[in-house]
Amino acid sequence: MQTDDDILALAAAGGDAGAFATLIERQYDRLFRLCFRLTGSQAEAEDLTQDICAALPAKLRGFRGEASFTTWAYRLCVNAAHDRRRRAATHAKAASGWGDWEVNRRAANAETEDAIDWLTHAMRALPDDLRDTLALILDDMTHAQAGEILNVSEGTISWRISKAKKHLATQRQEETQ
Amino acid sequence: MSDDLDDLKSLMNAATPQPDKARKVENIALAQKNFSDLQGSRDGARLTSDRPKAGLFSGVRHMLNTLTSRAGLTASTAIIAVGLVMLSPLGDRLMPNNGLRETSFRKDQNAPDVSDPIPEAPVTIEAPVIMETAPSAEMEVASEDLAATSGLSRIAAPQPKTARARQLDYALQSLGAEDMPTPQANTESFANADVNPVHVTAETPVSTFSIDVDTASYSVIRNSLTQGRLPPKDAVRIEEMINYFPYDYTAPLDDTAFTPTVSVTQTPWNPDTQLLQIGIQGAMPDVSDRRPLNLVFLIDTSGSMNQPNKLPLLKQSFHLMLGQLRPEDQIAIVTYAGSAGEVLAPTPASERSTILNALNNLGAGGSTAGQAGLQQAYATAAAMAEKGEVNRVILATDGDFNVGLNDPEQLKDYIADKRDTGTYLSVLGFGRGNLDDATMQALAQNGNGQAAYIDTLSEAQKVLVDQLTGALFPIADDVKIQVEFNPAAISEYRLIGYETRALKREDFNNDKVDAGDIGAGHQVTAIYEVTPKGSPAELTDPLRYSSTDTAQGDNDELAFLRLRYKAPGAAASNLIETPISTNTAGETSFATAIAGFGQLLRGGKYTGSWSYADAITLATQTKGDDPFGYRAEAIQLMRLAESLSQN
Repeated sequence: MQTDDDILALAAAGGDAGAFATLIERQYDRLFRLCFRLTGSQAEAEDLTQDICAALPAKLRGFRGEASFTTWAYRLCVNAAHDRRRRAATHAKAASGWGDWEVNRRAANAETEDAIDWLTHAMRALPDDLRDTLALILDDMTHAQAGEILNVSEGTISWRISKAKKHLATQRQEETQ
Repeated sequence: MSDDLDDLKSLMNAATPQPDKARKVENIALAQKNFSDLQGSRDGARLTSDRPKAGLFSGVRHMLNTLTSRAGLTASTAIIAVGLVMLSPLGDRLMPNNGLRETSFRKDQNAPDVSDPIPEAPVTIEAPVIMETAPSAEMEVASEDLAATSGLSRIAAPQPKTARARQLDYALQSLGAEDMPTPQANTESFANADVNPVHVTAETPVSTFSIDVDTASYSVIRNSLTQGRLPPKDAVRIEEMINYFPYDYTAPLDDTAFTPTVSVTQTPWNPDTQLLQIGIQGAMPDVSDRRPLNLVFLIDTSGSMNQPNKLPLLKQSFHLMLGQLRPEDQIAIVTYAGSAGEVLAPTPASERSTILNALNNLGAGGSTAGQAGLQQAYATAAAMAEKGEVNRVILATDGDFNVGLNDPEQLKDYIADKRDTGTYLSVLGFGRGNLDDATMQALAQNGNGQAAYIDTLSEAQKVLVDQLTGALFPIADDVKIQVEFNPAAISEYRLIGYETRALKREDFNNDKVDAGDIGAGHQVTAIYEVTPKGSPAELTDPLRYSSTDTAQGDNDELAFLRLRYKAPGAAASNLIETPISTNTAGETSFATAIAGFGQLLRGGKYTGSWSYADAITLATQTKGDDPFGYRAEAIQLMRLAESLSQN
């Protein structure tokens, strides 16, 4: 007697429009939350969620229920975020030759000053792989689940998390000094 | 250090904004639009950011540029193969043919006209496709481009599954390109008719219908509700919901096949009417010396079965069932996908490992040549038949018949022919999405069988283990019920459910007319809502110009019940007759609550202000003994329906 996202996703994969509508309605906030954690800005997150919404129907047809829907959808999010970063990097290089990070930083500066707190800074300063990993772990994923989503071993996740912690600690030190 | 992470987490939670409402609505709408665009209809060309170019060769050039070598090879071979089938004189014979198809072949010869410019598609969205490097993803894109550039998509439109689209699917899949995506629309169709109307006893005193022991509708409803949606109205067949549950009816005495139990109770949703409930309990013959069974599993292994709730569940279900069989029983397995084939020759049930191996080796892929499968299964069953044995074909499918006969009407005729050979047919439905309930009903009703829908392993347990004897051993064929109401006592009546089972009055005594069959221990319940003469609930006014004094007969009788049935295999029917006295009483049963629930799901035309909450209360009161929790589950479903109906 459980109303399960996996069952809904399978029905949607089979072409059930009603199931898809319920599924997307249910999952939207959650996907948005992860997108925010992956990008660190509301505007970026909205755009990324839009990308995901646009591509989800086509992707879903390949969903076979081998992984849980959440794992599968998170993987989709992470891949979409990578894709976006790659595109942003290309655009930025073509435009001014500035790096990805700098463009992000400037864009963030242009946003309201007070939105940029220590957290956003800290997250943005992290390398992409660490940031993705941290975003997932902060979203209540276990190390094993995060490993499945990012397609790396559980050990790698644990290692990345400790590395990310070190990064954050150094950063905090730099700021307090 | 872990404190650090916790800090970070709470910070993060605080920092995470709520998604923008307007954007959310927009994005969800976009997702749904893309979803429906994907579902087969494909009107016009696929949306691209490139401006379409006119000209004969640009399409071909574009195709050659976009295609990867593997996809290109498969796709172009497929097109040539389709052309070959269509154009060669032998081609006609390569595919099952009928009148309808003949015409579509003609049209197709001129159809793929590459020289036409692609109609300009309005580019309304920029849909970023997140590419993976998996070859299947590339193929998906490539094949869609191909369809768009060569104009094929326009031919397939507007109907999602035109004969042509099916042939294309067929050709692609029979070439072994299983992982080529096929457009899959939500093609569920359900068999149902309009809700039975109220009849005026003075005008049509007689109500005739065939019994129905199917339970498929209830499982489909359960599946919908547990997914968080109200079921489609047409999926609700109230009689199948009522008959899903076991009731406490008197078992028949010695040699009769079954006895009717009649009760009259107050209608919960209308204080001025009554419910006349007719329950039939089939005899339970001694199972220990039952006749040997010859079972042919006819298993749909088409590509659409390749989902966890279809083929794998089917395998598990049959595993469960094997445990119930005896060494003298025989089993054969026939599968059908693109073509039909015998996977397991008739094997005694004692050779368990052989049977299990054959089952486990089944894989899904290809299209669905349902008719060829049926033919082969019936042929196998005929070869296994010996005197004194029960032959049955068990068809397991998601209902998608897309090659050969696929029209429920034509299948009916085909099955009706086979029915006379004495082979029974059971239909087990799996999965949702393209569940073709209409075809399954047509098959089961006309093949002397029953339809069940299996969505969970516990449903498989109920249908294939607990009720196996009933499902496999018929005790009476062509059971028809006729009720004649006494106009002196009852002014109006209405049969709840059985819409698809209505019979003509004159068909009752005609033994040639097919009706439903009862298996060992089966129970069938039918409920009439009757309005007593002079009750304020009467919906019709008396006629001004005709005499209303037609009522004759005994005022002590409410109605007269006639039952007809044939002993299995017999040609002539037996008749059971009993008057229903006005003194008949009874207690409101769980069946009433289910009947009310079913009517609410169908829109509640006659239930007034009676609500799901009332149904829940009534069901809880009448739940009684519920050893397997079926009734508790039903109450849970009512609660879900109540919440869902408020949205």
